[in-house]
Amino acid sequence: MNDRQCSPPPLEGLGRAADQGWGEGENTPSSEPRHRRSPLWLFRSASLRFAFVYALLLATSAAALAIFLWWATAGLLDRQTDAAIHADAQGLSERWAEGGLPALVLTIDDRLAGNVDDDAIYLLADPIMRRIAGNLERWPSTVRRTDVWYELPVRRAGITTLARMQRYDLPNGFHLLIGRDVQVRARLRTLLTDALLWAAVIVGAMATAGALLVRSMFRRTLANVSATAAAIAAGDFAQRVKLSGRGDEFDQLAETINDMLDRIVRLMDGVRQVSNAIAHDLRTPITRARTRLEDAALHAHSPEELQAAIERATADLDGIVAVFQALLRIAEIEAGSRRSAFARFDLAPLLADVAELYGAVAEDKQVGLAVDSPDRLPAYGDRDLVQQAVANLVDNAVKFSPPGGQVRLRAAAIQGGVEIVVADQGAGIPAGDRARAIERFFRGEAARSTPGAGLGLALVQAVAQLHLGSLRLEDAGPGLRAVLTLPAREDGPGG
Amino acid sequence: MRILVVEDDKDVAGFVVRGLKEAGHVVEHADNGRDGLFLAASESFDAVILDRMLPGGIDGLKILETLRGQKNHVPVLILSALAEVDERVKGLKAGGDDYLTKPFAFAELLARVEALARRGKSEGPVTKLVVEDLELDLLSRQVKRASQKIDLQPREFRLLEYLMRHAGQVVTRTMLLEGVWDYHFDPQTNVIDVHVSRLRQKVDKPFPTPLIQTVRNAGYMLRAEPV
Repeated sequence: MNDRQCSPPPLEGLGRAADQGWGEGENTPSSEPRHRRSPLWLFRSASLRFAFVYALLLATSAAALAIFLWWATAGLLDRQTDAAIHADAQGLSERWAEGGLPALVLTIDDRLAGNVDDDAIYLLADPIMRRIAGNLERWPSTVRRTDVWYELPVRRAGITTLARMQRYDLPNGFHLLIGRDVQVRARLRTLLTDALLWAAVIVGAMATAGALLVRSMFRRTLANVSATAAAIAAGDFAQRVKLSGRGDEFDQLAETINDMLDRIVRLMDGVRQVSNAIAHDLRTPITRARTRLEDAALHAHSPEELQAAIERATADLDGIVAVFQALLRIAEIEAGSRRSAFARFDLAPLLADVAELYGAVAEDKQVGLAVDSPDRLPAYGDRDLVQQAVANLVDNAVKFSPPGGQVRLRAAAIQGGVEIVVADQGAGIPAGDRARAIERFFRGEAARSTPGAGLGLALVQAVAQLHLGSLRLEDAGPGLRAVLTLPAREDGPGG
Repeated sequence: MRILVVEDDKDVAGFVVRGLKEAGHVVEHADNGRDGLFLAASESFDAVILDRMLPGGIDGLKILETLRGQKNHVPVLILSALAEVDERVKGLKAGGDDYLTKPFAFAELLARVEALARRGKSEGPVTKLVVEDLELDLLSRQVKRASQKIDLQPREFRLLEYLMRHAGQVVTRTMLLEGVWDYHFDPQTNVIDVHVSRLRQKVDKPFPTPLIQTVRNAGYMLRAEPV
């Protein structure tokens, strides 16, 4: 069967529908006030790209629907006609084979008479194309080939109508034309084509409107984020991206951005606070070192005095360097890069080591140092940092213990991690000061007379945060109890 | 000893070179990476003090990697202002034997360089350390002085072992903290002094000549004559 003649219409229809979609899509930017820029701008605008993709998708799906509709209606009718003609030809050629020309003529007449729908077309012609039987007045001059479907106007019973026909050549030079009147079907097809064309126009309009809508939604959302970013870039750190309250992806994005901004503000506050603290707290030792040196330069009477002054000033400077190193270490821990070095380790020997290191100092001060820990205590994190944190806590506890006091270092596995408790019997920290005690450079009343820069607990706090754990300061009545919790790794055993 | 100093800062380099010469060493100095690499690769040194950030396109780590690539195992101490743990790890991974951050005390630098240079010369594993009449047996883990047995705690034993392995050299508090306790941070309180004084009670107190000497502004040294 040959479909060549019936396939163009749907293709044509598709072409139009697609043209409509594409055409409108491309036309959209021309209404854009910024169209004076170079055409490349069209491809750089993300909102336009989204709108364009939207229009294209809509047009493509509409075209697919049109093709299917065409195939399912007009195409189906055509195929049915072709099948009927084919079956007719089969029957007639059998009659010819059985009874020759007279039988065929008789059959054609029979069929015409029995054709209730009055749509059958037959024409039997002799070798010089004269009519022998059938309902066509004469052989259409254009019908020359046997392998092509013809669809052309013919005259039948005095009226011109549209027929779909195929030519069959019989032995002895006779020719047979079999067809169907498709005037009604052609009208139906025209109707369908018109409907699809209108649909294409509507789809085009909807694609344009939808694209504009998509674009403006996109722009509105971005404008919100970009206005916030611009305000922050201009220095207004109180600005946040507004939430629509719908809890959709854009809200999630906005929340993520706001969380990020909160963190940045916290970090910046931290930096500001630290730099202020550095300026204030390092002024004293720097002043002292400077005074010693100037005093020695002006008033030293002997090389020995000069030497002594220089050594004391060097010691002062070493103290300042130590403070800087502690600050840098805290900053390094807070930056979080150390998390890559996390591993499983046994906390028990670490605690024993720290207790051993400080045991001698404690004993010298007549302070008891007792360790209470299981034989094995698996923990997860940066061993060196945990060691330093515990050392700082023990160092503080020993430092602030009165002679005869007792420092207890206790560790135990708790739900979801480990807990390290260091308790002393010193003066403790008043409840009001405890929250600030973990800040850099905080020095409580009790600490005024002891050496130190007020960075020990700040480092412990940084280590706790790095491990996603916590540092709590409590009243040990009397004394201070520091509770450091380190969560175990959540992704199960291993490592 | 022959020591190479690769350092671009004139003041620091002058200070280090002068100090090393005063301590009796022969010192070569290079103030950029290219000269430093050339000297280190072409001549023989007992130790190299290497800055990390150097002019001349070749930084300290590159020099170190090149030397190690040429199977040159000269002891190298990296002296750098890059103090983060990650930087330290990078330096040691590249083949550095020790890492000292700026600013530093010269005594610390000298003690570490001398320890490094000597370590390169140690001849095989030893089972017994002897300084004067003090004996430390690494196998039976027994300590004797003048044939008299001394009872030490495990940590005291390791502390004494470290001092005896570096007998005649200055050992700083940081070196002890790293070498004996494996601590790599400042413990604030002078815990080391307390431990050394306890060791003295056992090793020196009952005997006429003290062996553990305090070196002012630096650390300790194990030897018979006072410093």
